[in-house]
Amino acid sequence: MNLTTALARLLIFPGLLFAVPAAWLFLWIERKSVALMQGRIGPPFPQPFFDFVKLVGKETPERRGVSGVLMRVWPLLAVSAAAGSVGLLPVLPASGGFQGDLILLLALMELPSICIIAAGFSSRSLFGEIGSAREAVLSVSYNVVFLLAILSIAASQHTFRLEELAHLPVTPLRYLGVLAILVCLPAKLHINPFSLPNAEQEIYSGPLTEYAGPELAMWELAHGLEWVAAAGLVATLTAPHVPNGGVNVLFFVLLSFAIVLLLSILAAATARLAIDITVRFYWQCALIFACLALVLTVTSTYFVKVQS
Amino acid sequence: MNRWKRLLCACRRRGPWLFHMNSGSCNGCDIELIACLTPRYDAEQLGVRLQGSPRHADILCITGPVTKNSVDAIHTVYEQVCGPKAVVAIGSCPATTNVFIDSRMLAGPLHEHIPVDVFVAGCPPRPDAILQGIAKAAEILGQKGTGETTNKQTAGPAAQTKSSEVTA
Repeated sequence: MNLTTALARLLIFPGLLFAVPAAWLFLWIERKSVALMQGRIGPPFPQPFFDFVKLVGKETPERRGVSGVLMRVWPLLAVSAAAGSVGLLPVLPASGGFQGDLILLLALMELPSICIIAAGFSSRSLFGEIGSAREAVLSVSYNVVFLLAILSIAASQHTFRLEELAHLPVTPLRYLGVLAILVCLPAKLHINPFSLPNAEQEIYSGPLTEYAGPELAMWELAHGLEWVAAAGLVATLTAPHVPNGGVNVLFFVLLSFAIVLLLSILAAATARLAIDITVRFYWQCALIFACLALVLTVTSTYFVKVQS
Repeated sequence: MNRWKRLLCACRRRGPWLFHMNSGSCNGCDIELIACLTPRYDAEQLGVRLQGSPRHADILCITGPVTKNSVDAIHTVYEQVCGPKAVVAIGSCPATTNVFIDSRMLAGPLHEHIPVDVFVAGCPPRPDAILQGIAKAAEILGQKGTGETTNKQTAGPAAQTKSSEVTA
């Protein structure tokens, strides 16, 4: 991949120019599906866009010192990391060179949640600190399962390259891994039943309690981009590969859409779980399946080697 | 007015986020405000979201006759809401102190402490009236960026005469 295509992927498709409207679309689907499930009509279609512009135009309170600078830096860092992770998704065929790496994608997807933890602590709000502590615990609990699932997928197909993973035929073992990833996504996106860090009616807005105006707009955007990246990752791993680029893009968009719908309906249908139940769920229930996927992968590769 | 400002004003009008504050209310108005968000009235169609933090809010909804204990809290929360902002006084209590008039526990009415943009009368007001008041406040919010508003951001009884009133 040369510099032009890399820039085009980062800035146009599936990068910023595609990802920002997609992020707003997914945020709207999230709100609209909750409204429909509750028998309401819900927000109008451009609502996330209105909210974003309105927040950008709002004033921010005066903040001095290092924590004031940090409070401006964290949301920008989160947005750029989330946008970078969307840009890495191998939707269009790349031509040689760096083709996107699963480990880099994981790191970029993890960065917004680390930013949120740091943001809550640097805001020095009591509710922010509680929210950050919860986010940290949540991150520790789902990441074990999430990483094991990614590892099992990578091990079953002998590659960490996203491009190759997208092109290889989907095996039943990969579906098991994708299922484990899907179980982790509600926690990664802080939606019900794992909306602990930003638990409204409980700790106000969690880590984002003190953020206002453009900073909050950036957090909203980062959240939307996380949606695009998470749905895009699952879509990449499950979409059947066809040589035609246009059909590929269509598959990617449709699958992402379906995943967002599924997660939103789950969020609308469930209530928030307590932190101890969440940790127990991931470490006792989900971990077994992730370990099972990994063990199956390792044994199957071993038998394949023995046979050959 | 340039294009960006016009877009900004339209967005302010169409995405008001609320922060609800109780200044000693009997909970009647609070229940009605929450009723606005339920399926029957569905305030989210107007882009309304009830926010947990005053930092996120555009419109401050205050219920209750302003007890002496709550005055400091009202000032703090009003300062915490970032501009441009609007204040909606929900119910008769913040407007006139209602049946609690002349009580020595009160420091109300509300407009003696912070500028109020919209009064929604009623004890309690119907959710429809509250929605109308919020919509009116959102319109005022849209005008505030342009400088066309008649409401000055200064505290005092003068704000009362210039603000719009919604009757149930």
